[in-house]
Amino acid sequence: MNPGTAALRAGWSRGVIELRQSFTNGAELLSHLLWPVLMLTAMYFMRDTTLGGGLLLGSMALPSILGMNAALGMVTMSQLLTADREDGTLLRAKATPHGMRGYLVGKVVSVAGGLLADLAILLLPGLLLIDGLAVGSPDSWLTVAWVLALGMAATLPLGAVLGSVFPSARGQGLVQVPVLGLMAISGIFYPVTALPEWLEWVAQAFPIYWLGLGMRSALLPDAAVDIEIGDSWRHLETVGVLGAWAALGLAVAPVVLRRMARRESGSSVAERREKALRRVG
Amino acid sequence: MKTAAREETALDVDGLRMRYGTVDVLHDVTFQARQGEVLALLGPNGAGKTTTIEILEGFRTRSAGRVQVLGADPAQGDERWRARVGVVLQSWRDHGKWRVRELLAHLGGYYAAYSTAAVRRPWDPDELVAAVGLTEHAGKKIKTLSGGQRRRLDVAIGIVGRPELLFLDEPTTGFDPEARHEFHDLVHRLAADHATTILLTTHDLDEAGKLADRVLILAGGRIIADGSVAELARRIAGEDEVRWTRGGERFTASTADSTAFVRGLFGRYGEAIGELEVRRASLEDTYRALVRQSEDAAGVGR
Repeated sequence: MNPGTAALRAGWSRGVIELRQSFTNGAELLSHLLWPVLMLTAMYFMRDTTLGGGLLLGSMALPSILGMNAALGMVTMSQLLTADREDGTLLRAKATPHGMRGYLVGKVVSVAGGLLADLAILLLPGLLLIDGLAVGSPDSWLTVAWVLALGMAATLPLGAVLGSVFPSARGQGLVQVPVLGLMAISGIFYPVTALPEWLEWVAQAFPIYWLGLGMRSALLPDAAVDIEIGDSWRHLETVGVLGAWAALGLAVAPVVLRRMARRESGSSVAERREKALRRVG
Repeated sequence: MKTAAREETALDVDGLRMRYGTVDVLHDVTFQARQGEVLALLGPNGAGKTTTIEILEGFRTRSAGRVQVLGADPAQGDERWRARVGVVLQSWRDHGKWRVRELLAHLGGYYAAYSTAAVRRPWDPDELVAAVGLTEHAGKKIKTLSGGQRRRLDVAIGIVGRPELLFLDEPTTGFDPEARHEFHDLVHRLAADHATTILLTTHDLDEAGKLADRVLILAGGRIIADGSVAELARRIAGEDEVRWTRGGERFTASTADSTAFVRGLFGRYGEAIGELEVRRASLEDTYRALVRQSEDAAGVGR
């Protein structure tokens, strides 16, 4: 077998193993379940609140939250990368032939797999609890599929870039603040049209809004389009913006990752460990 | 294929320099290692051992000098080269959630494509687990291993691809005597059965003497001695220590020639000398004397 192909296969099995690990240990299993349970509880209590036009807040929020979750894969990716630099996992990959390739494939598989699992954990009970979703046709699921695929292509490379740029778990905290801000203005919990126009524009520059919109377009009845900007699902624009982020991420990520990997050495890992220990002690 | 003649020198380092900002960490490091040789790089903390080994591993870019590792410049080493080199760093904490055998089987997968008739790659995970004495821990999560077990796993990962050249950076730090003994056996087997070239760093001279065919002493960024343990002991006369009492008072002196010193002592004081004790310079003392000399020389140069 060609060594590069062998590394792809190793990467795939690596991702599967890591995915299994994240569903077989208590702490991580809790984090997989906690968020969906909280969200579902909130949605259950606001299931009768209407947004006007007969649209229920709960049914609008479910697809939006699915979209947001997918976008949060970016944060997960970035955190995992930072953690793997700190404990030497990345250096281990560097010391292995084609190890970086295997490592990245594994990371994409485990993060994407984790996202899909999280989506299912939220969506399946959601379908039972929340009324007013239009999920009968295959079209809906086709849209879910392409929005998710494109959304991950847009956000995961970005996450890898962020994870490479910030040297420590501490720096990662800084990444979360703007992401939380974006979540607030991206039309997840209430329609983006309720915001001042300049905020609308900010939201539309980033993938979270478009992932939410794409999911709503897949799972809500056609009438729900009335509360969206321009009364349209804007699929073309969705593809445009997410595609642009994906292109940007895929162009920048290899360069940044390579630069970061080049700097990794035993002493840099040891140095970060000492720093971390000093912080704790 | 490369010719056998070219392969005979596994490591060839000539005039290696490393500079961080304005500080020279390595001044002029020059040494070679033949294929199958076990080399110990010995030196005090901060002497540049880790820097040297990281440059040879291809993890750090040197400032100047010529470096050939298995016939290639490690700064440009490709994946094929990488597959022939095993690396055990000072401290790993990675893959804590993985299980011992699982990780070895996974990492071995990357080497399968580099298997040749002469060198079967990778090492079978069960055999490898047994070789490093972790069989009863094979199914354990890595983060639950003790320090010594974790270190043995690190060595196992370092050799999973059956490397032709293995770097061990302070491999036995934190080992109890038993674990140390087992580890020494493992290194001997690697060198004897698999003709693996090994470069290890340590500050334990006793360990260097037990494991290495040849010892390099690195101090102040230079190789200050290079030879077998016996050669080093012969070449560099250490200082013996002489203790005695005279008139109820205790005396201690260091001397290169203890026999002549004691003769002089008796010539002068005769029967007044009591409780005479002569401690011959050990290799340890030789090493310390060497390091001290090089540090003094550096101090004068400054």
